[in-house]
Amino acid sequence: MLREIRPAILVLLLLTAITGLAYPLAMTAIAGVIFPKQAQGSLIEKDGKVIGSALIGQEFKDDKYFHGRLSATSAPDPADPSKTVPAPYNAANSGGSNLGPTSKALADRIKEDVEKLKTENPSVPVPVDLVTTSGSGLDPDISPEGALFQVPRVAKARNLPEARVRELVMEHTQGRMAGLLGEPRVNVLALNLALDEASK
Amino acid sequence: MTVIGWFQIILYCAIVVALVKPLGWYMTRVFNGEATFLSPVLRPVERGLYWISGVDERREQHWLTYTVSMLLFHVGGFLIIYGLMRLQGLLPFNPAGQSAVAEDLSFNTAISFITNTNWQNYGGESTLSYLVQMVGLTHQNFLSAATGIALAVALIRGFSRSSMRTIGNFWVDVTRCTLYVLLPICIVYTLFLVWQGMPQTLGAYVDATTLEGAKQTIAVGPVASQVAIKMLGTNGGGFFNANAAHPFENPTALSNFVQMISIFALGAALTNVFGRMVGNERQGWAILAVMGVLFVAGVAITYWAEANGTSTLASLGLTGGNMEGKEVRFGIVASSLFAVITTAASCGAVNAMHDSFTALGGMIPLINMQLGEIIVGGVGAGMYGMLLFVVLAIFVAGLMVGRTPEYVGKKIEAREVKMAMLAILVLPLMYLGWTAVAVVLPSAVASMANAGPHGFTEVLYAFTSATGNNGSAFGGLTGNTFFYNLTLASSMFVGRFFMIVPAMAIAGSLAGKKSVPPSAGTFPTTGGLFVGLVVGVILIIGGLTFFPALALGPIVEHLSMNANTLF
Repeated sequence: MLREIRPAILVLLLLTAITGLAYPLAMTAIAGVIFPKQAQGSLIEKDGKVIGSALIGQEFKDDKYFHGRLSATSAPDPADPSKTVPAPYNAANSGGSNLGPTSKALADRIKEDVEKLKTENPSVPVPVDLVTTSGSGLDPDISPEGALFQVPRVAKARNLPEARVRELVMEHTQGRMAGLLGEPRVNVLALNLALDEASK
Repeated sequence: MTVIGWFQIILYCAIVVALVKPLGWYMTRVFNGEATFLSPVLRPVERGLYWISGVDERREQHWLTYTVSMLLFHVGGFLIIYGLMRLQGLLPFNPAGQSAVAEDLSFNTAISFITNTNWQNYGGESTLSYLVQMVGLTHQNFLSAATGIALAVALIRGFSRSSMRTIGNFWVDVTRCTLYVLLPICIVYTLFLVWQGMPQTLGAYVDATTLEGAKQTIAVGPVASQVAIKMLGTNGGGFFNANAAHPFENPTALSNFVQMISIFALGAALTNVFGRMVGNERQGWAILAVMGVLFVAGVAITYWAEANGTSTLASLGLTGGNMEGKEVRFGIVASSLFAVITTAASCGAVNAMHDSFTALGGMIPLINMQLGEIIVGGVGAGMYGMLLFVVLAIFVAGLMVGRTPEYVGKKIEAREVKMAMLAILVLPLMYLGWTAVAVVLPSAVASMANAGPHGFTEVLYAFTSATGNNGSAFGGLTGNTFFYNLTLASSMFVGRFFMIVPAMAIAGSLAGKKSVPPSAGTFPTTGGLFVGLVVGVILIIGGLTFFPALALGPIVEHLSMNANTLF
């Protein structure tokens, strides 16, 4: 048995060097050359400044923007670091609400949001993705129904014809991959950027 | 449920099954020590590694030596992770300036990664430096996966050999598995993932100014290289807190689909390795059929439950299923399917928050883990777990017809059955025992995020996941406390090693037996009757063990939900 001690140390160290250092560092170098944009995080720049990532959702509260999904991410409380405070779309601390199906807090929250949205647009049913938090708290997408639901509000805030805004939503709707995988969706940041462009 | 949803599920199953034979063929060659198309490149590396480490690749080991080697290997792995986490503040590759991780959390995480659990009491982007993510976690993702596969192969050799004292060489099995199987696939896989949008950089977190003018710090890192092995090796420990729900850890529907395939690929192929090594591939297909029956049943229930949603959503007229804790790009079907796959295998990666699943939708992942993660299972671990149940089923069949039970030419006797029972019984002892302790300790109860039966399920899920070396969680539970860090670590340790050691004892005793040719009285183990028998044994043993606990958790919760009782 004693003669297994040498391999135990050396096989471990060598495989660690291969899989823990050589492999990730080599992949970083190769990926940086072949797919530089993705490797950096698919960042979007505007006037030379980073305004976000195409893959990471950000918080929109203004009426003139389409709103993303609810986000349950948090950040340390500045007053007391042992506690946390809600900080939607905190891309340095991802996470979901983790509220279960019989949670009263969840039921109350959804109810309140549904009522708010119903006053905003009473003509169509409220899409479920607009009143539920995403798993990561950073979901960049909403459903096409979720976007169309917000068209009247956005059009009014921007003084644009509803048809024009609806057209933009259609342009930014991505279908299922190969018509099969995943779900149809609208990237909120991309749509809002296009909207700003159209309002100029 | 939709037609297109079921199409995705069927396509998934078809691709996994199509991969079984080629991967099984390749892995059999690797573990038989034969040359492969990668040998010209990798063989010199392999030989150099043996030369430096003093490994004689022709010298095989007795099962005890094999097991001790495996344990020594883990002691070293533990020390590396623990040391790196405690010292990360002083070490390089730390642009976010993360400071030393606390003792109990470091201990928990080190145990978690050497046991292939990858329980996340740590919060990836908010706790760990890039060095710990790479050297500590990525390397152990490789090695715990390679160990699992090596052990499964050793047990398979026990069945396939006749009158031999040895079951292979642990160092050779681990090295070959890492170099020839895991690493080449991961290199291609990493590039695919980056192409899909996954970051792979050593640069610091990015500060962005959002369209509305707010500041957003975006965590990045060497994500893709870790995610590749995290999925392929059924490890499941996330680079980010939100794991595969995070858009950087799972950017598209395609990356999600490929990740799901990679969880099952090697585990399913091991059934074929088994068939090839015992000389009859149909033996392997029969085992895969057992797994398939249980898997499809689980998917159907979870998909149905999540698509139906909750009573709260229904009362407000919301349709489209239970989207709380799910991402739009995956939707109901890909989230439900992922949840069942990740718990059937001992992966534990999540692309939706299981804590927010409906009561029944969340119960299936729990059951999958409580059955011992034998539905494909962790790479290697699922195979030896399933073979333990097969031993038991064969024993039951032998009792019914009054003959000495045989499986693939080996007589199954008292020693094998005792060892199989030991391995199978120790799991519920851990998860039921610690759950019972936790729910009477006020400090442990305080960690629950949800009240009522759902809170109980959170605790039960935590200990089940730890014992099963899964690592997924009902994430609301605050697990980073002294009590949970230590008790969960003990569950992971016992769940891994008290299963491995009896399995290796069986391997040793089987290898020493003579192979007997099948006779007219041999119970055929390639047909539907055998499949039905094994499924029955698994469900009866499982059901008797954990049904009472399920009744207190998800079943009560489902009934409460239907009665509109909220907590």
